[in-house]
Amino acid sequence: MELGFLIGSVVKIGAILAYLYGLLWVLGHKKLWVKIVGVVAAFAIVQLAFTITIGDSTILNEFDSGLVFQAASMTMIALGLNLIYGFNGQFSLGQWGFYGIGAYTAADITFRWINGDSRGLLVVGIGSILGAVMILGIQKWLSRLRGVPVLSAFTFYLFGSVLVGAVAVVIGNALNPAISPLLGSAYEPGPLSQGIWLQIVYFLAIIFAGVFAGEVSFLFGLPVLSLGSDYFGIATLGFTIIVNTLMLNSDTILPFPEMKGGRGMIGIPKLTTWFWAFFFMLMVIIIMRNVIHSSTGRTILAVREDETAAKAMGIDLASTKLLTFVIGSFFAGIGGGVYAHYIGFLSPGTFDFLAGFNPLIIVVFGGLGSMTGTIAASFGWIFFLEGLLRVLLGQMGPDAPTWRFVLYPIVLLLLMLIRPQGLLGTVEWGFLKAPFVRPRENQHTASDVVEG
Amino acid sequence: MMTPVNPSTPVLEVTGLAKIFGGLRAVSDFNMTIQKGELVGLIGPNGAGKTTAFNMITGLYFPTHGEIKFEGTSVVGLQPHEITRMGIGRTFQNIRLFSNLSVLDNVRIAYHFHSGYSLTDGILRNANYSKNERELTEKTQDFLSIFHLNKFEGEIAKNLPYGQQRRLEIARALACNPHLLLLDEPAAGMNPKEITELMDLIHFIREKFDLTILLIEHQMRLVMDICEKITVLDFGEVIARGTPVEIQNNPKVVEAYLGKGAANVA
Repeated sequence: MELGFLIGSVVKIGAILAYLYGLLWVLGHKKLWVKIVGVVAAFAIVQLAFTITIGDSTILNEFDSGLVFQAASMTMIALGLNLIYGFNGQFSLGQWGFYGIGAYTAADITFRWINGDSRGLLVVGIGSILGAVMILGIQKWLSRLRGVPVLSAFTFYLFGSVLVGAVAVVIGNALNPAISPLLGSAYEPGPLSQGIWLQIVYFLAIIFAGVFAGEVSFLFGLPVLSLGSDYFGIATLGFTIIVNTLMLNSDTILPFPEMKGGRGMIGIPKLTTWFWAFFFMLMVIIIMRNVIHSSTGRTILAVREDETAAKAMGIDLASTKLLTFVIGSFFAGIGGGVYAHYIGFLSPGTFDFLAGFNPLIIVVFGGLGSMTGTIAASFGWIFFLEGLLRVLLGQMGPDAPTWRFVLYPIVLLLLMLIRPQGLLGTVEWGFLKAPFVRPRENQHTASDVVEG
Repeated sequence: MMTPVNPSTPVLEVTGLAKIFGGLRAVSDFNMTIQKGELVGLIGPNGAGKTTAFNMITGLYFPTHGEIKFEGTSVVGLQPHEITRMGIGRTFQNIRLFSNLSVLDNVRIAYHFHSGYSLTDGILRNANYSKNERELTEKTQDFLSIFHLNKFEGEIAKNLPYGQQRRLEIARALACNPHLLLLDEPAAGMNPKEITELMDLIHFIREKFDLTILLIEHQMRLVMDICEKITVLDFGEVIARGTPVEIQNNPKVVEAYLGKGAANVA
C-alpha cells in the first residue's frame, strides 16, 4: 500500500511537470490555432481529471484537487516574488502581506455582495480606479518638476490616497441603496447575486483586489525602496506583520465586523473553479513573460545586475524598482483572491509572516530569475510537501507529519550545496524563452546608426 | 531638453567644485572648461580626486560646493539618469557591464529611453511593440557591428575577453547618444597592443559620433598621444593644465608623481 502510494505520488508529480512543460510548449507555438487548441486542451485535461471517476474516486481526488488550487495560487504569488527578488534583485518578505490583502479584499467584496451589500465592490472598485488615475496623474505632474525629494512626493500620494478613499466611500454609500435591493440576502439571492452576474462580480473582485494590493505596494514601496536591498527586506517583513496584526483585529480596530478578526472570516462564496484558477494563472504567466521580454523588462534586469551602471544608462532606478514591486504585488493580490474563493475561509494564521517564507523558498528552489522554475517549483513543492510527505509520514503516527518541516529544509540545504542557483537557474521553457534574435548578415552603413 | 546649443557655449563648465567626505577634502576648487570637440585628459596620482570629480559631473555624488554646467544648463542636483539623458555618457574604472545579460541586451538597455514603445504596448504585444522592438534590435545589431562586437551578440557579457568588455562598455555608453563622453581609466589592465587598439577606437568614435571626450588615465602613452589638453589633479586641487608637452615639462607635475627633488633629476 505504501509503496503503491509512493509510486502513485511520484507519477503524479511527474505528470504535473510534463503537463506544465506541455502548456508552456503550446503557448510558445507559432501558430495561433495550435495555441488556442492547446490551451483549451490543457484546461480540459485537468477539468476531466476532476470529474472522471475511476474506481471509487475521481482521477484527481478531492485532496489532490485542493493541492492543484493551492499550487495555482502559489504560482501567482511566487511569480510576483520572483519578479521582485529574482529579476529586480530586491529582497522582499512583503509578498505574503500583499497576498493577504488580496485575499481579504476579494473575499470582502463577494461576501458583502451575496449578503445584500454592494458597498464592498463599489468602494474598492471606485477607489482602485480613482487611485490608479490619481497615481498616474501625480506621477505625470511630478515628472515635469525635476529633483522632487521622495518624501515630498510620498506626501502628495498619501494625501491623494486619503482623498480618493473618502470619495470612494461617499460614492459607495450613495449608490448602495439603489443596488442592494437587487442583491437579496444569503438565503434568498436576488437577480444580481447569482448566475452570470455573480461570476462577473467575482472576476471584478479579484482584479480590484490585485489592483488594490498594487496600490498599497506603491504607497509602501515609494519611501522604502530607496533603502538598500537587505534593509528593504526587513522593512517588508515589518509590512507583513502590520497586515497580519490588522487582520487579527479587523473587527475591533478596523470597521470590518464581517472579517471577524482572529476567529477567521467564514462564509466566503466558493466561486473559484478550475476555469478561473487556470484563467488567472495563465494571465499572470503571460503578463509576466511579456513584461520581462520588453524594453522595460530589460531595465528591470539591469537594475539587478548593477545599479550604478543602470543609472549611467539613463534608467530611473526608483521608478523601475517601484514598477516591479507594484506588478509583483498585483500578482500576489490576484493569487490571494483566487485562494480565498477556493478555500471559503480566511484565517489570519494563514498570513502569518513565518508562512511568508514559503514563496521565497519556492522562488529560490526553482531558480532566481526563472519563471519556468517558479511555476514548476510551486506545483512540485506543494505536491511534494503537502501531498507526498504529509501522507507518507501520516502513516507512521499522528504527529509524524511534523517531520516534513525537518525534511524539506534538509532538501533545501542540499540544493543550496549542490546547485545554489536553484533547480533551473535562469533556464526557461518554450513560451517563456526570450525571443530568438536572428543575427544580421548585411554589414552596417554608417549613417543609419548614429541617429538615436 | 534638446534645445539647440550656441556653438560658443562650452560643453562642460565646472567652477569651484568641491567634495568633502567627513574631514577629507576629496576635491577642492576644481575648475575646468571643455569646448565642443575637444579631447581632454584628467590625470593625477592615485587618490587625487579624479573619479570623485567624474561622479559629481554624472550626478552619482552631490557636490559640497560649486557649479557644473553642461551645455549652459546646470546639472547640480539632478538625478544620474536625468544627466545621462541630457547627454553625458560615462564608463567606469572597474568595468560595470550587466554581466549576466547578453551583449545584445547590454546595448538594448542603453537604448531603452528611446525604445519607442511603452510597457503597456509590451504587455499587449501589439503592432507598436513588434515594430519598435524589431527596429531597436536591428539598430543595436548594426551598432554592435561598428565595434566589431556583432559576432559576440548572443554571448553573456561576463564571458567576453577583457579588451572586448571595455569595448562593449564604451559602445554601451555611446548608445545613450551622449554629446560628452567621460572615460574612467579605459586602458586599466590592458597590454600595449590593446592600448593601441583602444587609442584607435577613441579616435574613431570621436570622429564618428562628433563627441567631446574627457578621460581619466594613468597610461601616459595614451594620454600624451591622444589628448589635446591635460588637467592635472593632486590632493583634490588642480596643479597644472596645458598641452601634453607643457605638462611633461611642468616641475609641479613631476613632483606630484615622483616626489620633491625629482624634477632636478629628471
